[in-house]
Amino acid sequence: MFRPLKLRVAAQTLRLIQSSYNTKFRQIHVSLGLKHGEYEWQDPKSDDEVVNITYIDKDGNKTKVRGKVGDNILYLAHRYGIEMEGACEASLACTTCHVYVRQEFFEKLPPSEEKEDDLLDMAPFLKENSRLGCQIVLTKELEGMELQLPKATRNFYVDGHKPAPH
Amino acid sequence: MSFMGIKLITRFYCSFENVVPRVCIVGSGPAGFYAAMHLCKKLNNVHIDILEKLPVPFGLVRYGVAPDHPEVKNVINQFTKVANKPNVNFYGNIALGKDIDLLQLRQHYDAVLLTYGAEEDKTLGIENEEANNIVAARNFVGWYNGHPRDKDLKIDLSGTTAAILGQGNVALDVARMLLTPIDILRKTDITEHALAALADSKVKELYLIGRRGPLQVAFTIKELREQLNLPNCKTVWREQDFEGVSSVVSKLGRPRKRLTELMLKSVSESSNINIMPGDKCFKPIFFRSPNKFLTDNMNHVTGIELTCNRLEGDNLEYQKCIATDEKEFLDCSLVFRSIGYTSVKVDKDIIFDTNGFVTNDKGRVIEDNVSSLAKLYVAGWLGTGPAGVILHTMSNAFLVAKTICEDLKDCKNLSSKGGFQEVRKILLKSNQSHIIVDWNGWEKIDNYEVELGKKYGKPREKLCSISKMLEIASS
Repeated sequence: MFRPLKLRVAAQTLRLIQSSYNTKFRQIHVSLGLKHGEYEWQDPKSDDEVVNITYIDKDGNKTKVRGKVGDNILYLAHRYGIEMEGACEASLACTTCHVYVRQEFFEKLPPSEEKEDDLLDMAPFLKENSRLGCQIVLTKELEGMELQLPKATRNFYVDGHKPAPH
Repeated sequence: MSFMGIKLITRFYCSFENVVPRVCIVGSGPAGFYAAMHLCKKLNNVHIDILEKLPVPFGLVRYGVAPDHPEVKNVINQFTKVANKPNVNFYGNIALGKDIDLLQLRQHYDAVLLTYGAEEDKTLGIENEEANNIVAARNFVGWYNGHPRDKDLKIDLSGTTAAILGQGNVALDVARMLLTPIDILRKTDITEHALAALADSKVKELYLIGRRGPLQVAFTIKELREQLNLPNCKTVWREQDFEGVSSVVSKLGRPRKRLTELMLKSVSESSNINIMPGDKCFKPIFFRSPNKFLTDNMNHVTGIELTCNRLEGDNLEYQKCIATDEKEFLDCSLVFRSIGYTSVKVDKDIIFDTNGFVTNDKGRVIEDNVSSLAKLYVAGWLGTGPAGVILHTMSNAFLVAKTICEDLKDCKNLSSKGGFQEVRKILLKSNQSHIIVDWNGWEKIDNYEVELGKKYGKPREKLCSISKMLEIASS
């Protein structure tokens, strides 16, 4: 009961600190994500901490997941067999967990930090509501959130794409 | 009949009728491992052999990713899980086109997937390109990352001014390695030989030369930001290169916009910059193409003759470069060529298109199919061209693996293929003492490198000699 609460408070405190000392504390924030997903394998201990969310894969198939406060949506996806990769293990070094967050929930998320935005800029099919899954931690506010996985990257040169002229 | 009975009969029937398909993957970089990962996930029954030219796995994750980006290498943990699956085998020290040819692989497998990437660098084709101290970025990257091919790279870092031709992320990796304070690099897995040479480097001024303008740079914002934030290094831009740029920023798509804004911010800061003694200088310049290299009587590069370009075209990001009659001469005693990679035709039976990639449709290599031979596939840079981050390679590898799954499911009459047993026979026939490095062998090398790294206070010290690797692997 205490752990998720503590985690949430810690995360929020950090965010506050971050907003004033943005670069200095970034490392600490990153290490929060490095739990390797053990926590996500624990079932919610009570209804109070349940957060129901839905993953929608690239073909439109929906998977409803009963998550809990404090769950990282990348590792939660792994638990439920959702095809969301996490090549850099949530260390903010890749874009393999790119997701779209339905607008009303996108607005409820803490704003992305500069490093996440820099990475998102490299993701194909970037949209206004793009985020990296590994940076989203469930809170009660996110009850009902829908996360859509982007379609696979275009097959360069096969479907007519030509290299940019020089 | 009981349910159990049906199940048993089905199992019995399957074991005779359905031969486990054998897939051979050539190349153990991200494309190869991601494809293997997807095949394992999607097929209940498949046998995968990953062949690798070097004794060690992971391709560009090991030999391309910069030493100061250890987080990017975390993906090795997932690849290791794949390699540890009972139906996946790694066989290192086997070169396609040399130790075994494609036709032989296609005779002994049900599907062959080529993922050996793009290992050569593109050349400019200009005068004096072979002069001393003109270094291919690819070899420099291989040198600091411990690639056996590049361990003896000839590079003279005793001059103060160097230039990089090209403005992609590899160019920025090269710049960062040259300009990062040496004590930061010491804590990474950069090779000791590179560390020693860089510690003595006199390079203080580094040009980053692009033939087009700030709106067409190929590097991405993360890499530029790292460069701008390097301690004891100042970035100096040419303000005239940015003429008119600020007025079009609002029209750009998000990634280009954020990148351009960061450059503009840095440009405005660099106008009243204070360069301290001991500072290094990073100087990106635009609208310049190398015309020829200047050399001294020892055939050592002394400078570059640059052609000044102007841009033409309505689409800002894709404007074309037009040469003018104007020239600029840049003095420098070291040049890096970083204008892209190209794939090698390692086997006579691999067909390339005019772009230099293996022609394919969703990974299927387009050719005359011979039904007795394994179908041929390609994934990663060999099929898509050498561009993009790991996500692009991952998505492409998944897509191609999906194609392979579909084809294998459609294939009703697989005959039993010999797989690696046959490959081993071929290898040993031509060389009785051919050492094949399996995953266990790699783990020995891995442990050895990590132990060696402890001596230097680094996460790992890579072995750069193939014979040493083979010795450790077979100990």
